[in-house]
Amino acid sequence: MSAPAVQVRGLRYTYPDGHIALDGIDLDVAAGERVALLGPNGAGKTTLMLHLNGVLTASAGSVAIGGTALSRSTLRDVRRRVGLVFQDPDDQLFMPTLAQDVAFGPANFGLRGEQLAERVRHALEVVSMTELADRSPAHMSGGQRRRAALATVLACEPEVLVLDEPSANLDPVARRELAQTLTTLESTMLIVTHDLPYAAQLCDRAIVMDRGVIVADGAVGEVLSDAELLAAHRLELPWGFTVAPR
Amino acid sequence: MGAGHSHPLYRDGDSPVHRLPGEVKIVCLVVFVLAVVATPRELFWPFGLFALILLATWWVARIPLRWMLPRMLIEVPFVVLAVLLPFAEGGERVTVAGVELSVVGLYAAWGIVAKGTLGVAASLTVAATTTARELPIALSRLRVPGVIVSVLTLMIRYIDVLAAEARRMRMARISRGDSPRMAHQIGATAKGVGSLFLRSYERGERVYLAMLSRGFDGQIPPMAVGAGCAIAASSRQWALALVPATAAVVVTISAWMVR
Repeated sequence: MSAPAVQVRGLRYTYPDGHIALDGIDLDVAAGERVALLGPNGAGKTTLMLHLNGVLTASAGSVAIGGTALSRSTLRDVRRRVGLVFQDPDDQLFMPTLAQDVAFGPANFGLRGEQLAERVRHALEVVSMTELADRSPAHMSGGQRRRAALATVLACEPEVLVLDEPSANLDPVARRELAQTLTTLESTMLIVTHDLPYAAQLCDRAIVMDRGVIVADGAVGEVLSDAELLAAHRLELPWGFTVAPR
Repeated sequence: MGAGHSHPLYRDGDSPVHRLPGEVKIVCLVVFVLAVVATPRELFWPFGLFALILLATWWVARIPLRWMLPRMLIEVPFVVLAVLLPFAEGGERVTVAGVELSVVGLYAAWGIVAKGTLGVAASLTVAATTTARELPIALSRLRVPGVIVSVLTLMIRYIDVLAAEARRMRMARISRGDSPRMAHQIGATAKGVGSLFLRSYERGERVYLAMLSRGFDGQIPPMAVGAGCAIAASSRQWALALVPATAAVVVTISAWMVR
């Protein structure tokens, strides 16, 4: 069997102010799996996400992506292979135009000329934003900006795609369109979210985190139909919504 | 080109001036402004010629006067000081309409107004014909250090985001009964500025993390900056763009020789 897409062992992280954000995380994600990462505010979900590509350095423990252990020498390689889509697209989109922003990642990883242009074209096509290439992200709607942020990461062709609250602040149509785009992608996916129906729609597996540890890990239907588990960790399905255990 | 650029200082168009790469326009602007500033203020005709150069440029760039003039009002706060000079300065005096004015002060005021207006008009010309996305690549082609180009790129992008954030905070304050014009509530405004600073700082950190995640190593790759921009200026474009600047330099040199 090939190495898991993501392998985390005994990961601990303490913020400089002494707050323990991650308190021993063990996690395996197989290639091609789509996993929802659930948990209340402050559970450490975003902190875990920032460890997957070495933006934050663990106090203890290890991270390996597709069999490559994260270390100083593999940092660049790992960052290319793990794509992080941040919660606020305004944090991600910083260049004057969308095309420049989409080119930023692959250009950093050494692509030039026609190859780079092709990557940009393809990424914009995947999120159906080709005609907005020369626009400034400042003049886009929330849904467009979210897809634009996704395109900037897709252009790096990551093996593992990590999304932080992808459905936050989206209107229902934009939310559905994003889901449609995400389901067409084949990369391994980790979706950090509070939007439980979205997790149910997109993912096969769900992990619940609370206070820096993983408290549940199973098929998404099972986790989301366990009302007791959800209630214990400040999670609940929206009113009138049920998920049948699969 | 330029779709969606709703910046009030940019005028969408496709003139020879619009098509020139940003770097030649920046060089032309700097040379022109230096020439204007270096001209002795005791002479009047050079400034008329400078204005003619600008008018000709606007004609080529198809910028109508009624578009340009309202935007030039931006300089008004800066020339207020100049109005005071004829009264405040000492030395030889002349009487104009029954008011005693200082000759030195009059010249000083004229110099500030004339040179300031020409400088503002020239800057607006470049702003009206250059999109924000062209600026970073133009500066890096002019060998401006990468850090400064990055800072500028980020500023162009985030100034609107921050302004929107400040607006939302203000709305929220007003909704809760704050009236920002009252002096006794200046404390709330000051705290608002403080928290806006903190938010911007935190946003800066998040932006940096997002950049790191996409392989940023301290230098924005020129290929990314250049995506969708005009290619670097040819020598013919340089020659063409430097016509107004050269004309201005000739005016300045002849002004000094005549003097």
